[in-house]
Order: sequence, then C-alpha cells, then structure tokens
Amino acid sequence: MIPLKYYLILSAAFFSIGIIGVLTRRNAIIIFMCIELMLNAVNLTLVSFSSFFGDSSGQIFVFFVMAVAAAEAAVGLAIIIALFRNKLTINVDEVNIFKW
Amino acid sequence: MTTYDLIFYLFALIILVSAFIVVAARNIIYSAFSLLFTFFGVAGIYVLLNADFIAVVQVIIYVGGILVLIIFGVMLTNKITEVEIKTESFQVLPSIIISGIIGGTLVAIFTKTNWKVAEPQILDKTVTEIGRFLVSHYMILFELAGIILLVALIGSVMIARKEKLETEEVEK
Repeated sequence: MIPLKYYLILSAAFFSIGIIGVLTRRNAIIIFMCIELMLNAVNLTLVSFSSFFGDSSGQIFVFFVMAVAAAEAAVGLAIIIALFRNKLTINVDEVNIFKW
Repeated sequence: MTTYDLIFYLFALIILVSAFIVVAARNIIYSAFSLLFTFFGVAGIYVLLNADFIAVVQVIIYVGGILVLIIFGVMLTNKITEVEIKTESFQVLPSIIISGIIGGTLVAIFTKTNWKVAEPQILDKTVTEIGRFLVSHYMILFELAGIILLVALIGSVMIARKEKLETEEVEK
C-alpha cells in the first residue's frame, strides 16, 4: 500500500514544476497552463487527504476548486485575447504599459 | 512491490514527465498536448485513491473544457501563418531556486508531520455522499459556485468582444 506521504510528495513536486513554469515562461498561455498545473497539485493533496481520512468533504473542496478553475480559464483567456487584439503580443514582458 | 504500487509509480511518472514537458517545451502546442497527459495522470491517481466521481469530473471539466479552451486560445493568439509559435524562457536559475525553496518546504512539512491516518477506505457510495453534502452542508457554497460561473461567463464575453463603437468612429 502506498503511504500518504508519497502522494503528498508527488503533489509537492508537481506544484514546484508549476511554479517554475509561471516564473520562467514569457508566453501568457503557458503561464496559464502552469497555473492549472498548480491547481491540480492542490486538488491531488485534497483528494489524498480525503481518501486517507475517510472524509468526503475534501472531494467537495476539489469540486469547488474545479468550478473556480473553469471560471478562471474563461476570464483569463478572454483577457489574453483582448490583450492580443490590442498589442498583438501575449508575451508578458512586452506588456509593460504600467511601468514607467 | 504489488500491482497497486506499480500503477501509482506509473501515474506519478506520467504526471511529472508531462508536467515538465508543459514547462520546458519550446513549442506551445506540445505544451498543450502534454497538459492532456498530465490531466489524465491526475485522474488515474484519483481513481487509485477511491475518488471515482472526482476522477470523472476531472476528465470532463479539465480535458473536455479547460484544455479545449486553452487550445482555442493558442489558435486565436498565435500568428499561425507566420509560424511564430516558439516561445522562450527567462530567469531560469532564480526561479528554480525559488521553486526549490517552496517545494523543499512543502516536502519537509509533509514528511515531518505525523499524520494520523487510517488506510484509505473504499467508500461504497461516493456520489451519493457528495450529492448529499452538496445540498445540505455546503449548499450556500454550491449556489455561490453557480453565481461565480455566471459572472465569469458574462465578464469574459464582455472582455473578449470587439468594441464596435470605436472602430466605426475610426472608419468615419
């Protein structure tokens, strides 16, 4: 039987890979995918706790996280499309009109 | 090593390798497609943890919804005719250090804590239990999730639509 720790370490590694992606990539869509990776890592933690504690509240939290992730995907891609329409780029380092 | 362990390591390998490809691939389409394998791997781990409902919802929402939306975003924002799909990375070393610190902290917390756990039980009626929780104990949150989805839908349509007024003025 796999102990709880292995699932938690897997999700920590998964989360760290997501952090590297958010910090290093320039393309807004890839940053967006990495945010989804991090949300999935958190979901994995919640489900493993839920399973090992025998309490299905964790799975309900995962359900709500998925609802928020879907909303975030819609709004984020709308922002990216609006950005592309106005500036013809989605590289985040070229979008610096707030910088002076 | 039993079959159960072997399946866990297989899915863990799929998740980590494909997540790394998402982060490291030069071509954005490769990233999008390896995100697919990551989502399927996570769904497999959910099945292994006796969360069948969440695994199915993961496949439907993430693979069927969010991934398709992301691929639409890729298609709408990259100049496909000019083959400018390649993307670069920057500040690699500092970000690896930062994520190493965060990941190391998480692993230390997870391994040092003495979790009082039982063996993972096979709940025979996960869907029934989740459904009962959703309409009793977490009912307000359930309604709020519906409102959030509605607001996000309206907001994204508002953000992404073309502003017709300005273009007409410019044409005049």
